[in-house]
Amino acid sequence: MKITRIANGRVIDPANQRDEVADLWLADGKIIAPQPGTETETIDAANIVVAPGLIDIHVHLREPGQSHKETIASGTRAAAAGGFTSVVVMPNTSPTADSAATITWIKEKAANSACVNVFTTGAITKGLKGEELAPYGSLFNAGVVALTDDGRCVQNHEVMRRAVEYARMFGLTVMDHCQDYSLVGDGIMHEGEWSLRLGLPGWPRAGEEMIVARNILLAELLDSPIHCQHISSGGSVRLIREARARGVKISGEVCPHHIALTDAELAAFDSNFKMNPPLRALEDIEAIIEGIADGTLTILCSDHAPHAAYEKEVEIDHAPFGITGLETQFATFHDILVHKRRAIDLPRLIALYTSEPAKLLKLDRGTLSPGAPADITLIDPNLDWTFDKNASLSISKNTPFHGHTWRGRAVRTMVSGETVWSLS
Amino acid sequence: MTAWTRKDLTGLDELTAEEIIFLLDTARAFKGVGERSLKKVPALRGKTLVNFFVEPSTRTRTSFEVAAMRLSADVVNISATASSLQKGETLKDTALNLQALHADIIVLRHSSPGSSKFLAERLDSSIINAGDGAHEHPTQGLLDIFTIREKFGKIEGLNIAIVGDILFSRVARSNIFGLLKLGAKVTLVGPSTLVPKRFEKLGVRVSHRIDEILAEADVVNLLRIQHERQRKEYFPGLGEYVALFGLTKARAEKLKPSCLIMHPGPINRGVEIDSEVADGKQSVILEQVTNGIAVRMAVLYACAGGAGLPS
Repeated sequence: MKITRIANGRVIDPANQRDEVADLWLADGKIIAPQPGTETETIDAANIVVAPGLIDIHVHLREPGQSHKETIASGTRAAAAGGFTSVVVMPNTSPTADSAATITWIKEKAANSACVNVFTTGAITKGLKGEELAPYGSLFNAGVVALTDDGRCVQNHEVMRRAVEYARMFGLTVMDHCQDYSLVGDGIMHEGEWSLRLGLPGWPRAGEEMIVARNILLAELLDSPIHCQHISSGGSVRLIREARARGVKISGEVCPHHIALTDAELAAFDSNFKMNPPLRALEDIEAIIEGIADGTLTILCSDHAPHAAYEKEVEIDHAPFGITGLETQFATFHDILVHKRRAIDLPRLIALYTSEPAKLLKLDRGTLSPGAPADITLIDPNLDWTFDKNASLSISKNTPFHGHTWRGRAVRTMVSGETVWSLS
Repeated sequence: MTAWTRKDLTGLDELTAEEIIFLLDTARAFKGVGERSLKKVPALRGKTLVNFFVEPSTRTRTSFEVAAMRLSADVVNISATASSLQKGETLKDTALNLQALHADIIVLRHSSPGSSKFLAERLDSSIINAGDGAHEHPTQGLLDIFTIREKFGKIEGLNIAIVGDILFSRVARSNIFGLLKLGAKVTLVGPSTLVPKRFEKLGVRVSHRIDEILAEADVVNLLRIQHERQRKEYFPGLGEYVALFGLTKARAEKLKPSCLIMHPGPINRGVEIDSEVADGKQSVILEQVTNGIAVRMAVLYACAGGAGLPS
């Protein structure tokens, strides 16, 4: 039997408040208690951080139906190259993942072609139309870990209320893409000085905050969890902070572009800076970083949204929203939050990608406890590197970060004890 | 030494004051051409200009066409209905086809902000922005500035009011960017929905009372006001607009005698401007049209014909 010793690394396991230089032992795809002298393989991890495999709860892998943008095979390879051992995929595929049949198809495809764990989500409403509830019972039995209409937002508050109420029966968290359609209209960038200057339709902060506030009220009314996806506005952070202080089961996640870039980037009309919700102002970045630091925002994720070059290379108001992010997100957050701003320390950064998402979605992952699956990410926090989109493992290259240099990156990714990617 | 090295004109926001002055001076030299009996110079002989209008326009297209003909360029007009954009071809592909036809200059009118810049970055042809959504209409901005400069001999220090639907106006944006670079004091006037206070971040003043600005204005530039589908929630109707912001005869009497009344056209008589005021002696609306040709000649010549003034 193969017994692996990852030697002399800085083992950081936030779920167990562990941060020490030690050996980590694996056998049979699981973490095991140390068994000195029995190892058949040794991985040297001196000066390297040994962390639970990172989890990204917000990823679009585009299958079924849009395999020209990404496949489960290519997307999970990109995930592995970013240090991720688990991804949670969004249901806005074609067909929509609103039935057990589609969930089963995705899981089978993942079993055959994915190199990291793929967790599925089901739609809140049939066809993401915001009208009728999808069959949560059969979706749950098929294995979904959450419900979301991501990319769309349920506008009818009664439908959302019943969705959250019904989902509770299965212990499923409802995740919401917060966007009020009447306020946002055809907005494609943050409403502010730059939208005025560029003549592009504005997407005001209130378009997000309105729905965050709605979700807080419903979470409170129903005493059930609602998770707000990709928070972009400082006002949303304040709403969530106040609600959490009162014990409301509301949570929020952050994507790297929302703290790395501002709306001023749109000046070149490059659609690789167009995503939904949009890049906002410096004051939003400050509020979001503060929210991450004080525990208001508990999840980091990519919203990896691949699109083909020919789809993106059109007039900016015709281009689809979204950018890739699986390979760049950890480095972006590490560089900004830990290295440059010192807003949080490395163990907390790892928690935001492991123990926190595992807790939110009740995943059997995100820890180095003996007996847990041996999903492990080795990280070199001192490595400076530059991202080249042409070297990306994603099929699509729609990234705003080509040529960016950051400090810190994953150097090896292990799923169930097997190395699925390592920095060559 | 030349002040102009660009192959494209996509907006006034990216130009320096020196570049704007260069275009205005070049336009002044070209204006004389139109006043001769033989209205033609050989500056762009052998060059092909494509008027590529993906959004309807008669006056801007015609103005570019006349400007190109006076420079001896060959002109082809392509409009949205005739173009294959209707058949699902992308803007990039259509433009690459135009380039393959060896179009030296493409004049683009398109509903998407940034569409001219999009083409300018991808084609070797000169791209001239004839209006990109609500973003910019740089030749309109230049002709407005040219007209003001011709009357006052300067731009710096003038009080210029732009009245109307600023939020959706590419004409307003090009005027704001150009006028501020040349030192004018710009005041935007209109309902708070169409002229939000946030515009002050661009360096202008915002007013919601036209009567406040009449006495001090050196120029009042009125924009066409529309109350169509997408404007319904911005203001209650044209009647209230006229009452609050229309340049009525009574209001026009409060203007300085030297104050210019401008309008990019087409005018709505009795809406943003009273009919008699439009025809009055302070109105320079038709001079704007004439100057538009000279300004467009200067832009075409600068971008595609090399720099320097014509002899």
